[in-house]
Amino acid sequence: MSVSPELSSLVVPILQRHARRPDRLVQILREVQEILGCITDETAGHLAECLGMSYAQVLSTRDFYAFFYRENRGRYRILFSDNITDRMLGNRALFEHMQKRLRVEPGKVSADGLVSIDFTSCTGMCDQGPAILVNNRTITRLTPQRVDAICDLIQRGVPLAQWPEEFFIVEDNIRRADLLLGTPCEPGKAIRAAVARGRDGMLGEMKLSNLRGRGGAGFTTAVKWEACRNAPGEPRYIVCNADEGEPGTFKDRVLLQSYAGRVFEGMVIAAYTVGASHGFLYLRGEYLYLLQPLETYLAGMRAAGLLGRNIAGVAGFDFDIEIHLGAGAYVCGEETALIESLEGKAGKPRVRPPFPVVAGYMGKPTVVNNVETLCKVTEVAMHGGAWYEAIGTKQSTGTKILSVSGDCERPGLYEYAFGVRIAQVLEDCGASEAIAVQVSGASGVCLSEREFGRRIAFEDVPTAGSFMIFGRQRDMFEVARNFAHFFAHESCGFCTPCRVGTTLLKNIMDKIAAGRGTQYEMNELLRLQQVLKPGSHCGLGQTAGNAVADTVQKFRPAYERRLAETDFVPAFDLDAALARARALSGREDTDAHLGEEA
Amino acid sequence: MNAPMLPRKLRIATTSLSGCFGCHMSFLDIDERLIELAGLVEFDRSPITDIKHCSQRCDVALIEGGVCNAENVHVLRELRANAKTLVALGACAVNGGLPAQRNHLDVGRCLSQVYRTPDGTAAAIPNDPELPLLLDKVYPINEIVRVDYFLPGCPPSGDTIWKFLTDLLTGRTPRIEHPLLKFD
Amino acid sequence: MSEANNANTFSIDGQRIAFEPGQTILQAALAAGVYIPHLCHHPDLKPHGSCKLCTVVVNGRNGSACTQKAMPGLEVENNSPALNDRRRVLLQMLFVEGNHFCPGCEKSGNCQLQALAYDLEMLTPHFRHAFPVRQVDTSHPDVWLDRNRCVMCELCVRASRDLDGKNVFMLAGRGADSKIVVNSPSGLLGDSELAPDDRAAQVCPVGAILPKRVGYAVPIGQRQFDAQPISRQVDYLAGRHLADAETEVR
Repeated sequence: MSVSPELSSLVVPILQRHARRPDRLVQILREVQEILGCITDETAGHLAECLGMSYAQVLSTRDFYAFFYRENRGRYRILFSDNITDRMLGNRALFEHMQKRLRVEPGKVSADGLVSIDFTSCTGMCDQGPAILVNNRTITRLTPQRVDAICDLIQRGVPLAQWPEEFFIVEDNIRRADLLLGTPCEPGKAIRAAVARGRDGMLGEMKLSNLRGRGGAGFTTAVKWEACRNAPGEPRYIVCNADEGEPGTFKDRVLLQSYAGRVFEGMVIAAYTVGASHGFLYLRGEYLYLLQPLETYLAGMRAAGLLGRNIAGVAGFDFDIEIHLGAGAYVCGEETALIESLEGKAGKPRVRPPFPVVAGYMGKPTVVNNVETLCKVTEVAMHGGAWYEAIGTKQSTGTKILSVSGDCERPGLYEYAFGVRIAQVLEDCGASEAIAVQVSGASGVCLSEREFGRRIAFEDVPTAGSFMIFGRQRDMFEVARNFAHFFAHESCGFCTPCRVGTTLLKNIMDKIAAGRGTQYEMNELLRLQQVLKPGSHCGLGQTAGNAVADTVQKFRPAYERRLAETDFVPAFDLDAALARARALSGREDTDAHLGEEA
Repeated sequence: MNAPMLPRKLRIATTSLSGCFGCHMSFLDIDERLIELAGLVEFDRSPITDIKHCSQRCDVALIEGGVCNAENVHVLRELRANAKTLVALGACAVNGGLPAQRNHLDVGRCLSQVYRTPDGTAAAIPNDPELPLLLDKVYPINEIVRVDYFLPGCPPSGDTIWKFLTDLLTGRTPRIEHPLLKFD
Repeated sequence: MSEANNANTFSIDGQRIAFEPGQTILQAALAAGVYIPHLCHHPDLKPHGSCKLCTVVVNGRNGSACTQKAMPGLEVENNSPALNDRRRVLLQMLFVEGNHFCPGCEKSGNCQLQALAYDLEMLTPHFRHAFPVRQVDTSHPDVWLDRNRCVMCELCVRASRDLDGKNVFMLAGRGADSKIVVNSPSGLLGDSELAPDDRAAQVCPVGAILPKRVGYAVPIGQRQFDAQPISRQVDYLAGRHLADAETEVR
């Protein structure tokens, strides 16, 4: 495929930086798009040629990720975070306001090619929303004034780098600090502590600690590490899963912003224990603003001998960390999908077994740990497993960080020892009017008032950290509908139940919202859930119907009041379906219209 | 000896919406069994009787064809309102069938292409109120009203229709399986 | 029963199945003549696990029979009303997701999707049809690609990559926007390396990839799944009669 010399020369440095490796495709596409604004078919063809891979493979990867564009999306690409918490903070009105001011249709590019405005899944700024991304840079705390200011800047063509700095401020909002958030840690201390314990000693302490993964599934970390250590194959890899996409979660963002040392040292300790030589931090594309500070931090660690060769003076302990960025795909939070993405492919979950600890990145033994889990590893290294095990509950040791958002006075991070009651969290954050809490995000569980006595712990209410609060004024049907849209948008499309089922679920929720639902649709919702949950390939599909099923059970009146009393209503307006023929024939007689059934 | 209790004859209505009457023809393909059927049922609104509207509430309505225009909607609603059991008869009623092959086209462009002035230079779409207006798409009938049973096939064979009707008339849940179940 | 016997057997719906180490539950079942519904599996290709029709309950947990390894002593529930109900819903999803117009499809009677629907007595697609607008590609001299009928099983993708060594097809897009793309500069089949006797050109279980100039060579009524339902054609599904069947189809 022939391309312009300009294109060719623009992409050469990027290709060289990635050694023309096809498995770097996601990173290459991201960087090329940063220069060109989009990846046209022509560009894709050129990259395929340069990387020695098939054109269709490049298309397959490009078209999978929401942040890769096949055509120009304007000089300013604006994406409104559309989590339910952003909605509750009024993002829709701000969207319309901006759209009117900039005279651009939702999802389209303005006539002058200047700007496009669209929605995106939760960007992890729920405690300081409504939030937007402008060319993948985060802007928080949107107000009508701020929208006006942004519109002015865009219309005047001011480069993003010259926009007021305060727009881009992302606050930590740490409201309750415990062991992790409240304890300063001298750089290198945890690594040295681990090295002092030795590889077997460190693994032993990990076992004693009974530390479980903070990503939601709660798998015992030591078991993962040991399996990886014992698996045949070299090299081994440590992957930090920082694809924090679960709606309502933002704790990893704070950990990476203000506790990066903990995260990276946790990775180094993991590498030391399992014998890994290479590490990846897979950072969600929405957190692009963290890339530079994190790179700087890594450089500092290298300079301090905490990364690179002979780490902490241990001869032969070589390990380094590389940051990969995601590009707008929630499913990449699933560890095998994340590995696929690291390998440059569409992020579709693999068939398991084999598990990543045996055959992960490039088919080699790989540990994938959550950001928070790795932070906890530093505590185990410094204080020992027995000390750690004494905190929390029997099956859920240590502390847990909750990302609290929604209807409360003080949204932000709350760290508690495991076992804290929901009611306690609500009291601490000033949520006196709560009727429901969605714990662990859209894929989690919806708790009603009568369940506020339950505890955050793997043995009761497990969570990846998201804690969204809904007050009396909220409509829980709309909460579930927002989540249904989220899953339909994020389904990877690999397996039938999720690919089709999430869209059907979304459509039925929309039908009910439009006042066209009946008891028939209520039955349909549950019928779909009975296929999604047991039949889907990965956690996304398995949990996609949970919020709907929970709210149908616990907030049924929110559905009932929308239902028509007939036995069936079409999903669409029949009269509107005649509109095109009516207009073309110029008819307006009675027979040219269809009413609702008498 | 007591006279056997003769069950009331079931009332059946049939219609073709956006169909080709192939399913009705197939219905007639039950051949001599029509005589047996006549002993069990009475036909209400149907092309067979030429009754134009349901004269009373029917037990069963057999609907051939999908829903492509406003008139189809009215007819389907009348039959739904007047039938205890509504049956989608044949591929078009079940999934839109052949007429639904226009669904990837814009109905406006279809009309403008088909109806032209005599010299062919401009669109001349008729505006006679007698002509039912086309819907944007052709819909399976279960997207417009609630449907009780589905009998796929293009058309379902006479044997399939007979099996279905005899199941229904004798109070069994109709069951259509291989080799009677066909989509083509 | 001796221990040696028990060592390499498991059960499906109470029936004892012998297996070779390394076989999946589905492979072992088909080898033993036991039918488990499936669509994205092909005996010559590596397990994939996307259609989910073969979902069975293994020792109380749901799993894909095509990807899960057979292990001694497993208890597999397969032919139960609950699982078949779920499979019927999956078929309905596939039917409404694409545009499946059997009366106009040359694959009718040889189509695995249709045969599964017959066997599981799917009388209606039930859900609201998506009526998607999808591209038909007739650019190749011998083969045509009708994406309306595609069920995203990726058999063509895998056959081209793993059997033909060509990588002609890929599944691109995400979720409901998934679609088969062709590896050629124009994106058209005619400009690709596909040859009519490639396995990728023949492996499609539905009518999405078909040879050109073949119409009713085998009359309706005499096709693969006309005489016997798919559930009674385990030999065919296991590839034991594959050569014969393909000659017949052509």
